[in-house]
Amino acid sequence: MSWLRQLFWRGRLYRELSEEIQSHIDEKIEELVADGLSREEATHIARREFGNIGLIEEKSRDVWAWLPVEDFFSDLRYGLRTLRKNPVFTTVTLLTIAIGIGANTAVFTVLNSVLLKPLNYPKSEQVVSLHQVAPGAAGLADFENGLLLSPSMYFTYADHNRSFQSLGVWIAGAANVTGRAEPEQVRAVFVSDGVLQTLNVRPAIGRWLLQADQVPHGPERVMLSYSYWQKRFGGSSTVLGQNIMVDSQPREVVGVMPKGFQVVDADFDVIVPLAFERGKLDLAGFEYHGIARLKPDVTIEQANADIRRMLPIWMDSWSNGPGQDSHIYETWKITPTIRPLKQEVIGNIGELLWVVMGTIGVVMLIACANVTNLLLVRVEARQQELAIRGALGAGWTRIMRTLLVESVMLALLGGLLGIGLAYAAVRFLVATDLSNLPRLNEISLDARALGFTLLLSVLSGLLFGLIPALKYAWPRSGSTLRSEGRTSSASRERHRARNLLVAGQVAMALVLLVSAGLMIRTFRALRNVDPGFADPQHLQLLRISIPDSLVAEPQQVTRIQNEIVDQLAAIQGVKSAGFITEMPMEGFDSDWDQIYAEDKVYPAGTIPPLRLYKHLSPGLLQTAGTRLIAGRDMTWAEVYALRPVAMVSESLAREMWGTPSAALGKYIREIPRMPWHEVIGVVQDVRERGVQEKAPETVYWPPMVVGGFGTPRTVTFAIRSERAGTESFLSEIRQAVWSVNSNLPLASVRTMQEVYDKSLARTSFTLVMLGIAGAVALALGIIGIYGVMSYSVSQRKREIGIRLALGAQPKHVLQMILKQGMALALVGVAIGVGAAFGLTRLMRNLLFGVTAHDPLTFAAVSVLLLLVALLACYIPGRRALLVDPVVALRYE
Amino acid sequence: MACVYYVALGLEQHGMLLMTKQTQRDLFPGALEMMILRTLKRQPLHGYALAQDIKRTSDDLLQIEEGSLYPALQRLLKQELVKAEWGTSSTNRRVRIYKLTPAGAKHLQREVSSFERMLEGITRVLAPSES
Repeated sequence: MSWLRQLFWRGRLYRELSEEIQSHIDEKIEELVADGLSREEATHIARREFGNIGLIEEKSRDVWAWLPVEDFFSDLRYGLRTLRKNPVFTTVTLLTIAIGIGANTAVFTVLNSVLLKPLNYPKSEQVVSLHQVAPGAAGLADFENGLLLSPSMYFTYADHNRSFQSLGVWIAGAANVTGRAEPEQVRAVFVSDGVLQTLNVRPAIGRWLLQADQVPHGPERVMLSYSYWQKRFGGSSTVLGQNIMVDSQPREVVGVMPKGFQVVDADFDVIVPLAFERGKLDLAGFEYHGIARLKPDVTIEQANADIRRMLPIWMDSWSNGPGQDSHIYETWKITPTIRPLKQEVIGNIGELLWVVMGTIGVVMLIACANVTNLLLVRVEARQQELAIRGALGAGWTRIMRTLLVESVMLALLGGLLGIGLAYAAVRFLVATDLSNLPRLNEISLDARALGFTLLLSVLSGLLFGLIPALKYAWPRSGSTLRSEGRTSSASRERHRARNLLVAGQVAMALVLLVSAGLMIRTFRALRNVDPGFADPQHLQLLRISIPDSLVAEPQQVTRIQNEIVDQLAAIQGVKSAGFITEMPMEGFDSDWDQIYAEDKVYPAGTIPPLRLYKHLSPGLLQTAGTRLIAGRDMTWAEVYALRPVAMVSESLAREMWGTPSAALGKYIREIPRMPWHEVIGVVQDVRERGVQEKAPETVYWPPMVVGGFGTPRTVTFAIRSERAGTESFLSEIRQAVWSVNSNLPLASVRTMQEVYDKSLARTSFTLVMLGIAGAVALALGIIGIYGVMSYSVSQRKREIGIRLALGAQPKHVLQMILKQGMALALVGVAIGVGAAFGLTRLMRNLLFGVTAHDPLTFAAVSVLLLLVALLACYIPGRRALLVDPVVALRYE
Repeated sequence: MACVYYVALGLEQHGMLLMTKQTQRDLFPGALEMMILRTLKRQPLHGYALAQDIKRTSDDLLQIEEGSLYPALQRLLKQELVKAEWGTSSTNRRVRIYKLTPAGAKHLQREVSSFERMLEGITRVLAPSES
């Protein structure tokens, strides 16, 4: 226990040591005096021969001390004291660091939660998305989801696979829940058997939907989400066994999934079994997402091979009806491209997040540069103190450590503040969903994010502490001790570090500003694209679903929808109304099929390109502000008479017949049992998937189609009115709908503007982030230049005074100052342009209508930065002219 | 040729020591401790006397910075190779008198023999070959 004893006895130990050393010196002095020297001389010699008392005492104590820790604490105490003594310096640096670290922590939190963390399913690395592509299917190439699974594919894969523990398909949609207070449209996920087993998350109460619940026309069951259970049933477990009306069909609640559970990326209120009727399935119907859990030790490659093996079985086992060639899908070249489910969930957000992270990282670097500059100034002011400490026997490593402990402590304190900022920023981001992010509800400041903050704080502390420490910790010639700064003008060497930092700041600011500029140009370009509808702010949307359990007869469905349109159009202030299967950019799964033209020849064994198709009511185009290029809209009379008429998009008309007008009078159909439909109108192209994506070739059918796939039961109603979005208007809309049928809930009530903004959300998010980063960079850059220039002017006061006294023109002195500052800015801009040239390429996928090397942006940003730099030099330059030579010289 | 050895602390040092002799050379680590132990073997001494003794015995060939004894003494104390007791010096001061412990004696023996081997090796290499 000797170390314990040491710990307690050390105080005495040290006192005794000092006493012993003192007595040594006294003895020596006395001896020398006895030898005939004067006491003064003797003292001098004794001390010289003994050596540095402070250092020797320290070294002797060090033998006993638990050194690193003790030194660290004394450095810490010292650091805190110096920080307290300089409140302004401390506040400015702390704020700079806090903002930098806070922003980085916030973005890293998002990045970590969205990209890095595994999905919230047990052993989620085994869960894959059964993604597949069909490069041979024309028209499908721009279908971003690849080829989804058909129910028959699901059964084939489920029956014959050797690679998966479980496998299932699902689709997100909506369902009407009635019989409780107001009718309500809820978010539903429809699942086959195998989906819940694959995700493998236990229910909070009750049980999963099982195979027995997937029997068509069998007992109807349903599961609830945790939030829906809490909201509608108060979280009571008596909900199990209760019947609720889902799409006018009583269903027994068998279980509730736990809080936060999502089916892949879908938030839901209820889970409903798909209950496919096996005997009635075709090959086609590619609209379901497939997920599976790999058996242990099966690779994705092996699973792909397994699917490839099963595709012929699928084509052999099913058909699209009598007389149809089952193997026609060979021309599609269906290829399995199974990928981890996580990749499916996060999509392409990764690139955006990394760009933002990089941007914020650069801001951090700029902030570090600024703090370094502040520390340099401070350390320069402390040179004498440091020199004295050196002379008193502090080793240079010790001085350096003291400086580093101070800067790291600053960084850690800043980091602590930063965590607070980050927490607020993340809360804000999640609450507003500005960015349309996947996995939004999983975003949280977890241990990894905090670890990142700690690491970042320490690293940045070392980074901005190292330069001043290296520069000033080294023992230097005695001149520092003797006199400080008054006799000489600033040496070139002394300013090198600060100059480099400023040039670097300008360069980094330029990179960020160029990125922000490119995003602004992108945003403008996107805004200038004609989306295919007009004045979205005054276009009210809502979605209504009429389940067949409520209204069985398809024609009746259309009549009810027509009646709703009439009622809506009668509301005061409504110009027109209509409905369509989905409005552009709404993000619902769209319908695609082969479209045949009567006047074209289709060689045997080929399939014509897939086209997007929609059903719309008369008047919808006019309501939405979508222009007719040629021909006319359909009429309700034609709809009810089942007149086979259709409209096509301009791009489809041009592709098939050369010009829009040539399309009029031509005939098209979807499947052989359909009569040929006459093209009576050509519609302008509509950016269905957002303005940055090409408008797909589209066919517009009337609401009722003879021999088609049935009347659409879920449609979006569009209402053109100045009152769109107001509360009074919405309540009148509800009354209008319920006057037709009081069991119809209204869902997705929003204006077209909201839909449009949401489709631009990621671009605007990137723009805002880069904009903020650019602005902060610019501000820090200005402060950097301004700081260096004013410091340099104040250092050169004497030199300027002499110049003026010797007759230099004030103009020339100003020029000299400006030239010095602008040289820095120019170097920074030159480096920045080079760096931006290389770096903006990384964000080219985020750009639209502008190249990553857009000369206009580069030039504009460079000029802007130079102008700002000129201003930042001019102010200190002016001050230099006010130097009174007499005063400046009298200082000496 | 007279060569003046300069006894330093054996650790990092800088310019505050006496550095005016023609040739200076740091002693190898442990040398000072060895000399302290050897001196104490003859008789217990306090710090100042110890320094004077080493200086005297080395005929001033070794310039010891007197202070450098103390960290070395602390190290020896910590390793329990010497022990210290407060007592009174010949000049009637309260001083701490250092004494060799049995462990210290053993350590000294080991160090000396290893040093002699090293010295012998160096000498052989440095000696002009006669044959």
